[in-house]
Amino acid sequence: MKRVTVKYFAMFREHAGVAEETLQLEADTAMDVFEQTRPRHGCREPLGHCKVAINDRMVDWSAPVAEGDTVLLFPPVAGG
Amino acid sequence: MFRIKSTAIDVEALRAGLGNPAAGALCTFEGLVRNENEGHDVLKLEYEAYEPLAVTEGEQVIAEARDRFGVLAAVCEHRTGLLEIGECAVWVGVIAPHRDEAFRACRYVIDEIKHRLPIWKKEYYANGDSGWVNCERCAEHGKHEHD
Repeated sequence: MKRVTVKYFAMFREHAGVAEETLQLEADTAMDVFEQTRPRHGCREPLGHCKVAINDRMVDWSAPVAEGDTVLLFPPVAGG
Repeated sequence: MFRIKSTAIDVEALRAGLGNPAAGALCTFEGLVRNENEGHDVLKLEYEAYEPLAVTEGEQVIAEARDRFGVLAAVCEHRTGLLEIGECAVWVGVIAPHRDEAFRACRYVIDEIKHRLPIWKKEYYANGDSGWVNCERCAEHGKHEHD
């Protein structure tokens, strides 16, 4: 188990009811975090156009997650 | 230069900051809040950004525009918070010796900003509903019945 802080944005934050939370997860990759927090962020698509960052760096879904990391889950963006 | 702003974008100040005697062209784009989207009457918009990464990625887009098109300078500001109809949500300005590279770089910046930056847009509709643009289809619950 790893202690991971997960941050939710926009629709994900509204669904989770919190902007961030620290969880104990069996997660090796960013994708694992996304899957295991699915009931929290509420995304029902495989990944859609979601993006992920670890410790403020954009990463691929296969990026490794370490004890104490902060994982940021971004729903599909809509700037402009 | 890329910046996130929680207050009104000062278009005149941005434009004034792009003064350069080598510039033969200034191309600007203003993204405005529109009163309609996909058949729904929109009353206002709310933009949310994750500023640390939005700024990093925005600066990267600006650098790419300079490298690709050889323009003299490019700037962009993007709003956050609640915006009313007609307000400026995003502004892009590019100066270049000639118009062609100014047009192309300006188009590149706004297109990349829209697709790459962690910025989200919530629409508030005349019927009282609201919805996150591009997000609703991946939501677990159809809590906003505006489709």
